Amino acid sequence: MAQRAIREYDGKAIFSKHWENYFSGFRYGFKSVLVTSGDDLRVKAQEHGFEWLKQEALVAKPDMLFGKRGKNDLVLFRTAKPGDVTLEEAAKWIDEKIAHETILLTGQKGTLTHFIVEPFTPHSQDQEYYISATTVGEDDVLYLSAEGGMEVEEGWEEKVNEVTIPITMDDANIEHLIRSNVPAGIPEENKERFIAFAEQFYKFYRDQNFAYLEINPIVMVGNDMHILDLVARLDDTAGFMMGDAWCGAEFPTAFGMEDQSPEEKAIALADSKSGASLKLTILNPMGRIWTMVAGGGASVVYADTIADLSGNVSDLANYGEYSGGPTTGETQFYAETVLDLMTRHKDPKGRDKILIIGGAIANFTDVAKTFTGIIQAFEVYAERMKAHNTRIYVRRGGPNYEKGLKDIKEAADRLGLYIEVYGPETHVTDIVRMALEK
Amino acid sequence: MSALFTKDTQAIFWNNNASAIQRMLDYDYVINRTKPSVAAIVAPTSGNKFEKFFYGPDEIMVPVYRNTAEAAAAFPNADVLLNFASFRTAYDVTMEAIAIKGQFRSVMVTAEGIPERLARKMNQAARDAGVIVIGPATVGGIAPGAFKIANVGGTIENIINSKLHRAGSCGLVTRSGGLFNELSNIIAINADGIAEGVAIGGDRFVGSVFIDNLLRMESNPEVKYMVLLGEVGGTEEYKVIEAVKSGLIKKPIIAWCIGTIAKHFSSGVQFGHAGASANADAETAAYKNTAMAEAGMFVPASFNDLPKTIADVYAKLTSEGIIKEIVEPALRTVPKVRRKKEFICTISDDRGDEATYAGYPISSVATPETGFGIGDVISLLWFKKRYPKWATDYLETVIKTVADHGPAVSGAHNAKVTARAGKDVISSLVTGLLTIGPRFGGAIDDAAKYFKYANDRGMSPAEFIDYMKKEGKTISGIGHRIKSVRNPDLRVSGLKKYAAEHFPSTPLLDFALEVEKLTTSKKDNLILNVDGTIGILMVDMWRALGYSETDIDGFIDAGALNAFFVVGRSIGFIGHILDEKRLGMPMYRHPTDDILYNVEYADEI
Repeated sequence: MAQRAIREYDGKAIFSKHWENYFSGFRYGFKSVLVTSGDDLRVKAQEHGFEWLKQEALVAKPDMLFGKRGKNDLVLFRTAKPGDVTLEEAAKWIDEKIAHETILLTGQKGTLTHFIVEPFTPHSQDQEYYISATTVGEDDVLYLSAEGGMEVEEGWEEKVNEVTIPITMDDANIEHLIRSNVPAGIPEENKERFIAFAEQFYKFYRDQNFAYLEINPIVMVGNDMHILDLVARLDDTAGFMMGDAWCGAEFPTAFGMEDQSPEEKAIALADSKSGASLKLTILNPMGRIWTMVAGGGASVVYADTIADLSGNVSDLANYGEYSGGPTTGETQFYAETVLDLMTRHKDPKGRDKILIIGGAIANFTDVAKTFTGIIQAFEVYAERMKAHNTRIYVRRGGPNYEKGLKDIKEAADRLGLYIEVYGPETHVTDIVRMALEK
Repeated sequence: MSALFTKDTQAIFWNNNASAIQRMLDYDYVINRTKPSVAAIVAPTSGNKFEKFFYGPDEIMVPVYRNTAEAAAAFPNADVLLNFASFRTAYDVTMEAIAIKGQFRSVMVTAEGIPERLARKMNQAARDAGVIVIGPATVGGIAPGAFKIANVGGTIENIINSKLHRAGSCGLVTRSGGLFNELSNIIAINADGIAEGVAIGGDRFVGSVFIDNLLRMESNPEVKYMVLLGEVGGTEEYKVIEAVKSGLIKKPIIAWCIGTIAKHFSSGVQFGHAGASANADAETAAYKNTAMAEAGMFVPASFNDLPKTIADVYAKLTSEGIIKEIVEPALRTVPKVRRKKEFICTISDDRGDEATYAGYPISSVATPETGFGIGDVISLLWFKKRYPKWATDYLETVIKTVADHGPAVSGAHNAKVTARAGKDVISSLVTGLLTIGPRFGGAIDDAAKYFKYANDRGMSPAEFIDYMKKEGKTISGIGHRIKSVRNPDLRVSGLKKYAAEHFPSTPLLDFALEVEKLTTSKKDNLILNVDGTIGILMVDMWRALGYSETDIDGFIDAGALNAFFVVGRSIGFIGHILDEKRLGMPMYRHPTDDILYNVEYADEI
């Protein structure tokens, strides 16, 4: 739960839904479609209300959270000259893009799946402006510039006015503040319009619980506003208050992040159904060191320590945690998932696998009870664990920890697994050092 | 002001989180606190007036209120609010608490995932009001040996192992709540424990940040050095760096930021809390660790070396004589097996040498020279305190006034009929008492209830009469069969005279007399009758004694007014029963010629 990015299309849909409530006096057409293939676009063009797809010159670009699409040559707005892209050309271009992997200038790679298609808006550079809002420290900051597009990014310090708006400021003072900070470069005939739009933009950003909202560029043609490019993040903790104000916007994973594996999805599903917390991220399925750590903070320090002491972060196979008093069944499921992943690939260098069952001193989680779930998973995976020369290192404290440690030691011994167990007298991450030194 | 909590600190606990409250009270008992650390519970949907908890081997009652304002009014010294509301309501609960001027010094917010904009507003409002917010998304904090928030520290065994039962010399500030225990343990093993510790919370926007807590610890003479456990993301550690560089903080700080792992992965993996993601180089854990070391803080090479750094700093401060040896305090132990009590008694106690009424031994109230009358005994056993003489005299006046009203009224008649059927005193008395209700004797209750209702809502006498008409109810306490304005009821005159002379004020009676003016202008016998006068004056008495309107409504709802009638009229009933026994009257059978029979013979049999 945090600030989460949404698609450009969804951001524009939210603008459109609330336009009349905020931007009175301005017009916004919201001519945008979100498609996943050329055929998808062709079908859309047959729908009532989307005739413009066949009638107007189009712009197509991926809508997958990453920026710098122009520099990555991923904006289709011309074939021979700007503003001559037809429906069929856009559809073909999309099909071509989804057919193979795309590598961005940043090195991120993945397959493009979502595209936003809009009418081409002919305009001149001097009609482009920049506006964005976000939170800096405890305050909101509104950024305004008379120049939009790539130009603003290249001369940020000189070209952008920053308007810092404290959280408790009232509307009258906000309006006054924005008015007195309007960029000097805005032409006189557009000044009042720009001020009015900026005020409304800020209130829209604030009331709709955006964490970040940027239009670059926004093109003003009289009272017609063209949102050419939009980046937005929502504060998803506010979701419960927003009803359908967010138009059902989804929170896609970042481009280049491999989709979650079935195991990660299964743990996420179990997490969503449980009062406890179960998290799993696979960092390197071939990794040698697997962790099963109780508690969010502890899971971080184990990951830190493994990276510090192993000298090679690719040794760390996974990151995750279980906490908040999971049931024995939930712990068993979590443990089996990790053990299954751990025993799929032999270490390429033939080294032992290391399983870290770590945790800080629990507040009130019954350690013996959660260890029962782990022991049950051992029973199922003991042979496979032995086949991978697994060494188990346990460190835990909290209610009933003596019994928990004794139980897990006995079970491992009985199953013929290598195990070392430690309690609160041993430093929480010291088992990582022990495991790596052996 | 320098210490966050003291041994006298008391909290109001918002939400009846029974297990967390019990852990606080267990801690209180173990460390020999004189007062429990939880003064009251706020539970908006609870119908209970109190909850029972163990305090050592015994049970105590913690009062429950429906809202924070009421709890605060009852416990003006409780200056900590433990806000255990969900992320949906935690903001409103905090804002309500901040609005109660001068009450709360700190508010701890446990909810995780409060909308960021609301969290920012809440934090700012608290800062403006001078209230310290701990959290959101935290387990809280502890001042060992003085006050422990909710679940901090875990089990009693762990608390003692981690030396959280008495003040040590370290000030601990962490972001993570889960590692708070662990750090306490590390500090206990490698030094002498902590003097004060706060987990500031894992959300992006938290109320009190590292610097707020460290500055307070700097000014707290109990704290000799600090341990700061930061996290990847945010820039709060830099405020600490500035304070160290500028000399604002002089005590040694041992610092570490967790999340050094994050540099190895793209922004897609969220390591740790919502607040934990680096938006710039300066927000990475490694960068912050380097900057803190450069500022002169003690920064280990890795988290795994933190214990050694703590041991080194502690050894240095001890050798310099800055840290002295701690005398371990004597502790009490909480029994392993405790049994909940089935019954509660708050009015009398028969366990000592002599039984007591509300703390007064019976011998101290029984005989004439004690100065206690039956009114005093009633005030002790019914209302748990001794009323002043004007009030106990009034209670006795009421009992005397209602003791009997002749043999014809239904209760007395029933008692007489039963006695003539050969039944004993108790059976006969009970048949009489069972008659008392809405039509017989109940007017006292209803008069008090309705007149008070109208008066509480500021109705005028005319509006009240209209209101009762609309409700389709006759006005209880108004009207008499025979008596009228010209032929007044002397019992009423006597009560009014007594009240005028002895009550500090009689606002409800004054209101009722205005109502009577209107009703008697319509019909001469619609006077304020004896039942009405008794009930209304009882409300005036309670008001003058300082009870809240809620308390008085509680008395009325519980049937306390009826109870006066029961006690008084029992005297009369018993008189009638004894009279029957004395006269030896035969079995009573009602004459058939006094009954209208209206029963058709069945058509077919």
